[in-house]
Amino acid sequence: MSETQQPEISNTQGSQTVASPAPSQIAAALQREHPEWVSELNSALGETTVIIVREHLVAVCQALKTTSGYEFNFLADVCGFDRGPEEEPRFEVNYHLFSTTKHHRLRLKVLLHEEDARVPTVTTVWRTANWHERETYDLFGVIFEGHPDLRRILLPDDWQGHALRKDFPLRGYEPYSLT
Amino acid sequence: MGLENVIAEALPEVLTTRLDSLINWARKSSLWPATFGLACCAIEMMNVTSSRNDLARFGAEVFRASPRQADVMIVSGRVSRKMAPVLRRIYDQMPEPKWVISMGACATSGGVFDNYAIVQGVDKVVPVDVYIPGCPPRPEMLIHAVMMLQEKVMKESIRDRKDSPDEEAREAITPGTLPVTDGSTLRDPDKTQPQPYTIASTHEKRRSF
Repeated sequence: MSETQQPEISNTQGSQTVASPAPSQIAAALQREHPEWVSELNSALGETTVIIVREHLVAVCQALKTTSGYEFNFLADVCGFDRGPEEEPRFEVNYHLFSTTKHHRLRLKVLLHEEDARVPTVTTVWRTANWHERETYDLFGVIFEGHPDLRRILLPDDWQGHALRKDFPLRGYEPYSLT
Repeated sequence: MGLENVIAEALPEVLTTRLDSLINWARKSSLWPATFGLACCAIEMMNVTSSRNDLARFGAEVFRASPRQADVMIVSGRVSRKMAPVLRRIYDQMPEPKWVISMGACATSGGVFDNYAIVQGVDKVVPVDVYIPGCPPRPEMLIHAVMMLQEKVMKESIRDRKDSPDEEAREAITPGTLPVTDGSTLRDPDKTQPQPYTIASTHEKRRSF
């Protein structure tokens, strides 16, 4: 019995490894099939970054999650980045994707202007994005449109401003006192 | 022990003393701290009650989980601005008489955390009786602080420690929620005004004279 089963298992494993392309190939395929989704591709230090057009973010994420061979079923992190008030575009939002079946990683990036720091939510794709997007809103002031519960998560509810922006003073605006 | 025989022979049956002295003696001999650890100083605070340092020698080893049963709040560590209203609420829940020990550089002055997230000294939130320097202080320093507090307790009068609610306390609007519960500055721009979390307790007003 064991002799007949073993070749079957090794066959299925072999077919899985053959079917998964590298992250750089995924990114290239994404740009080839949907050129309107991708504005830039970066590859450095063995990591692949895709800069996404904001309006197509949810479609990109849905495709990366559901397409066979990509299967990015885990959103490892969402984080904001402030390049500084003098930069244009000022903000980035980074999405770090991971596939628990294919074991590959991909980074998506959306660039935002300060006066229009809005990005569609990806909570409809990965539910874990809920708290990550709340944190990014809390610390950078990026608005996630369509988020089910967009309120502060780390700082107190009555906080003024967004603490990780480069123009936020390190000591805050006024000393804290209850007396 | 045989102590009874000695005392019975050495002392008369009736002693006279001041009521304050007697009550303060009882109070200082059983200072019960509230269980309230905030950061690394709390590790030293735990050590104080263990066998090596043994705060039980001075009657202050019974850490109570409920602030209703505690006399001393040992603020052991940095107080974040989000924690400050919570700390104040725990302090308000402690019945009189109550004292506060500010343990370590962070609780006393913010320490190295000179930034927006940390309250620059817990005396911005509650009145402090004893400050301990150090980062973290050694357990012996906390014991010393407790003994200093005991000396301070002996100098007090019970008249200062009435726990009666006064007029404005009855009128005050209790800020029923901790500040994390409702709304957001995004949806409710009117709610950005900070809410008053508490009113000054009786002996705080006494201190400010």
